[in-house]
Amino acid sequence: MSGERYTKDHEYVRLEGQGDDEVAVVGVTDYAQAQLGDIVFIELPEPGARVDKGGQLATIESVKAASEVYSPISGEIISANDALDDEPGSVNEDPLGRGWLAKLRIVDATELEGLMDENAYRAFVESL
Amino acid sequence: MDEHASSPAIAETPTAEPALATTPLDALHRRLGARMAPFAGYSLPLHYPSGVIAEHLHTREKASLFDVSHMGQALLTGRGAARLLETLVPADLESLTPGRTRYTQLLAEDGGILDDLMATRLPGREERLLLVVNAAAKEQDFALLGQELPQLSLTVLAGRALLALQGPRAASVLSRILPGVEEAPFMGWVATEYDGASAFVSRSGYTGEDGFEISIPGHLATGLFERLLAHEDVAPAGLAARDSLRLEAGLCLYGHDIDATTDPVEAGLLWSIGKRRREEGGFPGFARIRAAIDNGPARRRVGLLPQSKAPLRDGAILTAPDGRVVGGVTSGGYSPCLSRPIAMGYAESAFAAPGVRLASELRGKPVEVEVAALPFVPHRYASRGKGRA
Repeated sequence: MSGERYTKDHEYVRLEGQGDDEVAVVGVTDYAQAQLGDIVFIELPEPGARVDKGGQLATIESVKAASEVYSPISGEIISANDALDDEPGSVNEDPLGRGWLAKLRIVDATELEGLMDENAYRAFVESL
Repeated sequence: MDEHASSPAIAETPTAEPALATTPLDALHRRLGARMAPFAGYSLPLHYPSGVIAEHLHTREKASLFDVSHMGQALLTGRGAARLLETLVPADLESLTPGRTRYTQLLAEDGGILDDLMATRLPGREERLLLVVNAAAKEQDFALLGQELPQLSLTVLAGRALLALQGPRAASVLSRILPGVEEAPFMGWVATEYDGASAFVSRSGYTGEDGFEISIPGHLATGLFERLLAHEDVAPAGLAARDSLRLEAGLCLYGHDIDATTDPVEAGLLWSIGKRRREEGGFPGFARIRAAIDNGPARRRVGLLPQSKAPLRDGAILTAPDGRVVGGVTSGGYSPCLSRPIAMGYAESAFAAPGVRLASELRGKPVEVEVAALPFVPHRYASRGKGRA
């Protein structure tokens, strides 16, 4: 698998590294950040915590509302993007890059197969 | 992603909702790239591409243009209109000078607030009041007025758009298009002419800044909106900025900070009840309101500074050091001017003084909350018909 895989709830997951060092980088898509508007705070998961696919991963606070982010895959949190504590707007500016939310060690790679690739996700967003 | 109930969802398209009404500016908002959202049965701009924080700060620095055409506008006409409307609201309207506006509330029999509104006494031989009410309540407000004041004639101005130009540059910008409006004092009102039609201009708003609300026939709204936007000091702003601006200014949002369970005294709106009305009464809920004036209200609307990075939202509880629930949050969000979370809510009067420390909870974690004076950002209304901003 290369590139990002996407959920219908507008989260992405991207595999980085090889073998034992392989991690899944998780965040929200550009569509999601545009819908949220200006982000002012992000509550991130604690390293060591386990999340299930579809379980709550983070909470994003925009000026007006709080939105939950669900994990696109099951796994253990290796690290969270603490830089967002001071610069939550990174998610607006660069959601697939600097605006990543957490890195996970995945438990079941077959879960990725149920997610959309970039073309499928683009078509999905256009259908909204 | 899943946004909480109080605001439009991301993942859900509004197609399942009943058809939304649009304002005369709908096509222009879409052309400007607004993110539209349902509000009070209308499709309205939540924000434009620059985003809510930029729109908010622009309003405080220069001037922003808002479409508030969803609000209800109506004329109440007939002999004794001011005196008769006083039977439903606690403001002193009889002493209101023609061409001046007062803020007041429609009250229920128990003194609860049914809606809040602006009432302007219009110049002219005939006794006329121009009312501007909240969109979500306009149908029931107008039904109530029709039922309770059958001697008067109520004309709903459904075909008129309402634009709000708000910010320190508003007067200098608007005076180029509608000369003379800069002479109006804060809460003053003038009728003028725009493109051959009548324009009603009120020097008021919902941001804490100097500004104007301009009522014109709907078919002229797009032209005026574009003409105002053409000025370098003016940018469009949406409902999200309108909400964050009014929260910084400590102004109530009906349905959140005031509703049928709150009375004007505990809501901190006693200033809007004239001295004569406090003594004479003659409006619904006078007994409760008089008692609250005499004894002090049991609870008060307060400003709140959550000692957290995440905003506290409407519905969060407030507890005293002994763990007892002594209030709750009714509006909460992020202040772009202060770069921190701010909120409003109610606290039992013993806990309502600025500086008092209360506790709340956010997603299961404790949050310390300090009671703060309102407004969070000082009002900068025109002092007296300032010619230039």
